[in-house]
Amino acid sequence: MQDFSQSFLSALWLILSGDGDLWAIVILSLQVSLGAVVIAAAIGMPLGAWLAVSRPPGRRAIITVLNALMGLPPVVVGLALYLLLSRAGPLGPLELLYTPTAMIAAQAVLVTPIIAALSRSALEGLWDEYAEQLTSLGQSRLGAIPTLIRDGRAALITAALAGFGRAIAEVGAVLIVGGNINHATRVMTTTIALETSKGNLDLALALGSVLILIALLVNVAVSIVGRDGASPSGPSASGTGPQMAGAR
Amino acid sequence: MNAAVRHEALTPGGEAFRARLRVRGLRKSAGGVLRISIDELGLAPGGVTMVLGANGAGKSLLLRLLHGLVLPDEGTIAAPPGVQSMVFQRPVLLRRSVFANLDFALKIAGIGRAERHRSVRELLSRHGFGDRAGQPARSLSGGEQQRLAMIRALSVSPAILFLDEPSASLDPAATSSIEALIRSAARQGTKVVMVTHDPGQARRLGDEVLLLHRGRIAEQGPAAEFFAGPVSGAGRAYLDGSLYLDP
Repeated sequence: MQDFSQSFLSALWLILSGDGDLWAIVILSLQVSLGAVVIAAAIGMPLGAWLAVSRPPGRRAIITVLNALMGLPPVVVGLALYLLLSRAGPLGPLELLYTPTAMIAAQAVLVTPIIAALSRSALEGLWDEYAEQLTSLGQSRLGAIPTLIRDGRAALITAALAGFGRAIAEVGAVLIVGGNINHATRVMTTTIALETSKGNLDLALALGSVLILIALLVNVAVSIVGRDGASPSGPSASGTGPQMAGAR
Repeated sequence: MNAAVRHEALTPGGEAFRARLRVRGLRKSAGGVLRISIDELGLAPGGVTMVLGANGAGKSLLLRLLHGLVLPDEGTIAAPPGVQSMVFQRPVLLRRSVFANLDFALKIAGIGRAERHRSVRELLSRHGFGDRAGQPARSLSGGEQQRLAMIRALSVSPAILFLDEPSASLDPAATSSIEALIRSAARQGTKVVMVTHDPGQARRLGDEVLLLHRGRIAEQGPAAEFFAGPVSGAGRAYLDGSLYLDP
């Protein structure tokens, strides 16, 4: 018990003293996950909006696959990307394996279905509400997408934050494609796993605390965005947030 | 037969000039039930046509067919060239400010930014929204939201304005302000086609009455004549109050 107490105190000191190694790992983690979320949002939000307003053949199947991909196992994504990026793989010449770029790609693959599915769910509700009015005003289905994205932005930010939460807490994929190289590809989750196995609980606990703090802040942000995005009348865009979308 | 919406030139003496909105052989089914079956219908240009009928008679569906929101299974709808607008029973305002809601409609209509902003400011000022331009539109009261929806629909100077029970859930004062907007629009030459369940409102506003019964036209004629003495059994039953529940 005394060892744990000592480790907690040491971890707190690492955080408060501005330990260079610790904060470098935190910053790299944020860079990788934010980069992945930006890419995933750029792909997932328009895809979700398109699925919300259009009725292509096989739409139901596409949505089912998208929802299923929300639970994509990170290690499988890591393995697939490893095979693609390894020297013998088709993308080997790019020499991206064991780089932050590869880690961003892995997390983007994991997060894109989440953002797309949540966006689709939220914007579909908004489209149900807006469809007749926008059509009456002369807007086409595809032309309505920017309108939906703008007016559903609170729900879309919630989707992006949910994606960020998934990315920042992910360990399997970044471990495989990043290699957990010190001062190069070591992020919070992979460092926690490594340092715990080495018995170095101080750094692991310090990073764990920062990770929990980030997760807490993301959830606070989600609830604030959800509250601000709620409209005084009519259904709220944030009402079709992660929980509802996940249930669909 | 393929459904089609034709646009006829409004040449004096031409068919479209005499009846700006003309329907032939219109059929629409839903759930295996024929909801609308109209062989021939012409709506005179200008004035207010009140579409009456019991629940389920097909009034709202007819409005959506005429406006092009729903495609018919059969038949043709010949509409005059020009913008059409529609206001629904429940106002659908964008999650934006009062100003942005009007600006949006004018932007889709292809009006340039400077002209748009000038028009929006003028409209808001004229209709008493000048000091609430930046307010979220959905924070307005129900009556004000519907009034804003009406102003938005009229902002594009529509040739035809479709209204689907725009005052159904409003108090008398809000209803009165909506009716004033309708009268004003009709005076300025906009053809108004309006669904209502309120015979009193139909008397107040209507120049013409179109009574639907089970998806078919039971009676069509000048409002004054309809309320003085309907010629159809459905018309008499409607005014007696015995046509409210469509069997």
